[in-house]
Amino acid sequence: MTVVVDKTKCIGCGACVMECSLEALDLIDGLAVADVKKCKELGSCLKVCPTNALSLLNRPEQRQENLAPDAGSKYNFKDTLPDSVQDYAQGNEKKTIRAQVTPVTGGDGWSGVWVIIEYNNGKVAPVAWELLGEGRKLADAIGCGLCGVVTGYQVDAVIPEAFAYGAEKVYVIDHPVLKDYRTEPYAEAITSLVRKYRPEIILMGATSMGRDVFPAVATKMRTGLTADCTVLGIDPETKLLQQTRPAFGGNIMATILCRTSRPQMSTVRPRVMEMPERVEGRTGDVIREEFGFNESDFRTKVLEFIPSDAKSAFLDKAEIIVAVGLGIGAKRNMVLAEELADVLGATLAGSRGAVEAGWLTHDQQVGQSGITVRPKVYISIGISGAIQHLVGMETSDFIIAINNDPEASILKVANYGIVGDLFQIVPALTAEFKKRLQHGVAN
Amino acid sequence: MHFVVCLKQVPDTSEVRIDPITNTLMREGVPSIINPYDAHGLEEAIRLKAKVGGKVTIVSMGPPQAKEALKKAMSFGADRAILLSDRAFGGSDSLATAYIISSALQKIHETEPIDLVFAGKEAIDGDTAQTGPGIAQRLGFPQLTYAIRVKELTDTTVTVERKTESGRQVVQAQLPALLTVEKELNDLSYATLPNMMKAAAYEPEVWNFSSLPFDITQMGLKGSPTSVARIFAPPGRSGGEIMDGMKDPKGTAASIVQKIFQQNIIMVHPLSKGGKH
Repeated sequence: MTVVVDKTKCIGCGACVMECSLEALDLIDGLAVADVKKCKELGSCLKVCPTNALSLLNRPEQRQENLAPDAGSKYNFKDTLPDSVQDYAQGNEKKTIRAQVTPVTGGDGWSGVWVIIEYNNGKVAPVAWELLGEGRKLADAIGCGLCGVVTGYQVDAVIPEAFAYGAEKVYVIDHPVLKDYRTEPYAEAITSLVRKYRPEIILMGATSMGRDVFPAVATKMRTGLTADCTVLGIDPETKLLQQTRPAFGGNIMATILCRTSRPQMSTVRPRVMEMPERVEGRTGDVIREEFGFNESDFRTKVLEFIPSDAKSAFLDKAEIIVAVGLGIGAKRNMVLAEELADVLGATLAGSRGAVEAGWLTHDQQVGQSGITVRPKVYISIGISGAIQHLVGMETSDFIIAINNDPEASILKVANYGIVGDLFQIVPALTAEFKKRLQHGVAN
Repeated sequence: MHFVVCLKQVPDTSEVRIDPITNTLMREGVPSIINPYDAHGLEEAIRLKAKVGGKVTIVSMGPPQAKEALKKAMSFGADRAILLSDRAFGGSDSLATAYIISSALQKIHETEPIDLVFAGKEAIDGDTAQTGPGIAQRLGFPQLTYAIRVKELTDTTVTVERKTESGRQVVQAQLPALLTVEKELNDLSYATLPNMMKAAAYEPEVWNFSSLPFDITQMGLKGSPTSVARIFAPPGRSGGEIMDGMKDPKGTAASIVQKIFQQNIIMVHPLSKGGKH
């Protein structure tokens, strides 16, 4: 007898192949296949299969205890996404794959949690501070230190801020070739620090810069990288970083481990982690490193930077979207949505109807024939919610919909649905948000 | 000039769902397509070839069925298509995948030097955006990600507009270089009839583990530092609270905004030095 693979359930993750001490399992065309000659029915593969695709026919009781809890029924939509995912992940703890190579904190020479602080055009990307907040939790769970890393040119103003947001130590490389962001010098700078000080975890925002430089660093280090994480955690037993991210266009969540190499690297979506409290006056060690490169070592040159209205860039990466539909009636009424978007720092988008009416451009269209968006907050104004529109936005973390038709489909996917007249509701919302945000901006 | 396009066959992700009861991936009947971003890379390569002359080679890694995607890609006017396919490649993560593809590109480069490599900014099934940069690093080519416009191509340089959150960066790189591209880069053309006929008769080359001096320890599950520990359905969306905003629009707006801030759905970021706006 041999272990049986249910082909409809196997996702080809390879967990069983890694687990089997007899090398009786292999991955063929993306599916696990058992070798009849080698399998001794040890059953260890059953325990690690995330989808319960494996079974031993003569030992039905093993299969029973591995049944996953029902994902759908555990979720209460009023929870924010990361918490509910976290709860689910914790409830599922026993299914975590046991690391074959268990790193010992500090003992394997890799220790500490690092946050790479994105500093560009004189501004820090706020996600860096969010990651110092999250990094604190991870470092506490492991029992190690939390450090910030600043690379750039004339970066001294950033250092006290990094301490204020929780870094215990800040590594700095300050050099003229790092003035404008370019992959090559930034990847060299970060990699040189990582090689020298050997952190076990490094985190960066999943911004265009983080998603550009981290793959280069991971390749230089020959280590694993998990992109666009929305939940991070530490396995209490192995101290491995549990990196949870959406996959397949947000239709599936996957938890990834980096078991065999260091550092463990993640980019994390902005505005998913909580902003930590800023404590003025905290200090710590500043470690400055030389950078042994100059301009002639690099093959790229920044010729120009054309600043754009931040709100019009990256609709698919926008964190707050205000979307309009035909309900708004006329182009002159767009000002209602624009004012709301302005107050929230949101990106303006719309349904196909609004685009075809000429109120918005094609690159602002959300939906099947437009762009799939996954913002933290999606505010829908006068959109009825055709299925082609819903597939483009229903994985948004939080949806607020305003429509005068109580039967509109959009209200069925909204966390808050307001049945009312958008011409009254939207200006009232704008005024309320303005009142609360007058001393800051939404993020 | 020699243009190489990295292309992936992917499941149409808008069709992939997880069964909330059994917690398993439902992928039966999900159609396979050319990764949409890669298609724009291919389009740009074909256009540049029309302008400056040269050759377009397509490279893909995947199961034998991915030949179909390559044949389709050939119909847009490419000259050669190579599929990297072997059981030993299965289960590779992005680090291992970049190793395999870059090894193949290295071999191509030795006989027909590459000037410019195109890859999509990410694949829609994984969304990692890591394989393109990984290939560039391994080959030692400069990488320009999120390209929305190829401004200039000379014998020795390429100038590209890159999209970032705060604006467009105009960057020049020495050739050979690798671009990862956004959909805004161009509008896709239709395949011409002669090219479609040529593609129908074309059989993509298949390279396997023994085609190259591969290092087995750098590929497949065992050569991949990352692995999936579990998958699960994202929290379902069952509809929330419906409020009547007809009678008292202002009061409804006020109470909704209050709830939003109470639950930290929208957070206030102080306009400190670190503020982004």
